[in-house]
Amino acid sequence: MLDKIIPVSKTGRVLSGFGLLALLCWISGDITITTATPGAEFQRMLAGLLHPQWPSLNELIHAILQTISYALLGVALAAVGGFLLSLLFHLRLVRVVCASLRAVHELFWGLLLIQLFGLQPLTGLLAIAIPYTGILAKIYAEIRQEAQQRHKPYLPAQCTALSRFFYTDWPFIKTDFAHYTLYRFECGLRSGTILGFIGLPTLGFQLETAFMQGHYADVTGLLLVFYGLIATIHWWGQFKFWSLYLTAALYYLWPGMSFNVNDIGWLLEQITPAPWREINSSFSTWFYPIVSQQLLPGLWNTLVTGQIALVLSALLGLVLYPLLSNHFGNPITRWTGHLSLVILRSTPELILGFALLLLWGPSLLPAIVALAIHNGAIIGHLTGRHSNNIQLRPDSAQGVNRYSYEITPRIMNQFLVFTFYRWEVIMRESALLGILGLHTLGFFIDSAFESFRLDVALILIIASALLNIGVDSAGRIVRQYLHLPTHRVIERS
Amino acid sequence: MPRILIILALTFSISTFSLAQSFVFTAIPDNDETRLIQRFSKVADYLSEKLDVEVKYIPVKSYPAAVTAFRHKQVQLAWFGGLTGVQARRLTPGATAIAQGYEDKKFKSYFIAHSSANLTKSEQLPQALFGKTMIFGSKSSTSGRLMPELFLRRQLQVTPDEIFSRIGFSGNHSRTIALVQSGAYQVGAVNYQVWEQELAEGKIDRSKVDIFWITPEYPDYHWTVRGDLDRQWGKGFTKKLRRALLELKDPELLAAFPRSSFIPASDNDYDLLEVSAKAIGLLD
Repeated sequence: MLDKIIPVSKTGRVLSGFGLLALLCWISGDITITTATPGAEFQRMLAGLLHPQWPSLNELIHAILQTISYALLGVALAAVGGFLLSLLFHLRLVRVVCASLRAVHELFWGLLLIQLFGLQPLTGLLAIAIPYTGILAKIYAEIRQEAQQRHKPYLPAQCTALSRFFYTDWPFIKTDFAHYTLYRFECGLRSGTILGFIGLPTLGFQLETAFMQGHYADVTGLLLVFYGLIATIHWWGQFKFWSLYLTAALYYLWPGMSFNVNDIGWLLEQITPAPWREINSSFSTWFYPIVSQQLLPGLWNTLVTGQIALVLSALLGLVLYPLLSNHFGNPITRWTGHLSLVILRSTPELILGFALLLLWGPSLLPAIVALAIHNGAIIGHLTGRHSNNIQLRPDSAQGVNRYSYEITPRIMNQFLVFTFYRWEVIMRESALLGILGLHTLGFFIDSAFESFRLDVALILIIASALLNIGVDSAGRIVRQYLHLPTHRVIERS
Repeated sequence: MPRILIILALTFSISTFSLAQSFVFTAIPDNDETRLIQRFSKVADYLSEKLDVEVKYIPVKSYPAAVTAFRHKQVQLAWFGGLTGVQARRLTPGATAIAQGYEDKKFKSYFIAHSSANLTKSEQLPQALFGKTMIFGSKSSTSGRLMPELFLRRQLQVTPDEIFSRIGFSGNHSRTIALVQSGAYQVGAVNYQVWEQELAEGKIDRSKVDIFWITPEYPDYHWTVRGDLDRQWGKGFTKKLRRALLELKDPELLAAFPRSSFIPASDNDYDLLEVSAKAIGLLD
């Protein structure tokens, strides 16, 4: 009897576990639509969507150049740092450092670095470079390890590490490195844009202002510019132009950069817990309210948001992948499918969340849906492209039967790999979306920065990093349990 | 394409380079944050003429960003809200308040409510607020957060967390009005100037959202300067700057803030705000 209700396969058990957990989260979490009359706002948004407008050309070019420069310099720095660290990736210490660097969202790095450097280019490019170094080190190390394993049997016993690297590894890994680094550059453009939300003069600065003022026509115009940048990146972002771009970006940003060594001392003092800075104050009376009023509620809401968003993203990914799979539809539907998925996954979650928050009011719902749309589109895109590798018999089933019995079962494992890789990303973004005013960790982190309590902010950032590291290892355990590949499949778009 | 980019980059880098040497100020107006550069570059031109140095305006996203830029010397003069001015001076030794808006001596906030909340105009904050949803402005806004929260605590004797079923922070006053008007929140606290202006512009439908309580008066927005101006631009520079601000009479320039004129101010005009912020735990 029980066998009929509880699926016996490992995959079935894991998936129903995740589904059940999401359901529990949905019931106990703060999820409602609070807007009584959202119609007017929605109409204004729709009107703005149909009549895009642009700010003055001068400001726009400035914002675009800033965004691109941060992304370029940030990713270039991260590529160098990531490459060097990837050579030492067999050391546990290096792996732990890299995991911690990437566990903190670039916007949180930005908030912290603003305190150190103020509003200037160093803040922006380091906010991208630091977490990306952690990401790139891991990916580079995995790519190299894979190549090494492939070539090991064919190498002579006495072969120096250096010649092995240059004659066997490098020729094979360089295209993968290049692809992944370019993909990171695209992510860097997204990160550079949203760094505008905390005050750096990138596209996000104008985007947030336009949103805040309800000028949806400007929002649409700016988003179109942003999509344009991302969509044409393969044309203008090629590596052969990079040396030129990097020089230009450095020349462009250099005059604004400055650094005062005393600020390091100031920052260290500010992030030291307040009771340690003053005499006669007890650590516990300072620490417990932070835990009970900020840390625990923040963690709980982040977890609830992340778990529901993960399951919804997966479901959405399964629904969306046929849109661009060669096994379904015709060239026209595939082309529109591709375009809509590009738009859905290019839009940063922060921006989606912002729009949904205006429509539905504050609860975890806007964050959950924003995360599900963004990540669902990514999973759908990757799965759809993966499905193109499948060869079907000419007389195989069509339509729904083809979807349910031919394609979906065959892509299931790869689909799960994509999904579980998004788990950590989704959790990191769940914490971040608190900046919009939903009570995930980001809300409390932002509040702490706003009242210049950097010690509190640091504790909360560390908590969110630990959460992400935990989710990352949980993801690995689940993948191992399901016998899924444990290495990242490189996401190329 | 790359060539165009380089030329563009060169042009802009030259313009940013000069920024490093010039006198820089920032201002976040209490409403309409768009086209800031156009609006405030006229103020920069005015100051530049009066002070005989190059003056630049940089737009800043939020109050904490403005305070940080001020502390890092990236901005020498800032138009801060009441509380953020206090924060900036606490973090930047030597900084002082030099002028405030004419309206800022007697500033006030409006408590507004969506029609479905059934709150009518009253002398005191009504008990009916218990269980409602509430939206403040920016987390460190004086008129959108600090003073409204202070009066709530004083009159109802409990913290906002205990009064309201849900509390949000809109980020700015126009947003607060929009969110209460749409019914996303039942109650909001808003800068009275922004309300009056949006009312005049026809953006407010009073059958949907209206005022139910007005706070007592308190001091708010003011100009704060860094303490090291005279060292960098010569003795008496701060005085000259203060005079230039007080003598600013052009209505077009004043409209950017928007204020009718600027009047003298000093640090202890804002002691009340500092005490209040400490009382509600916004400052240590």
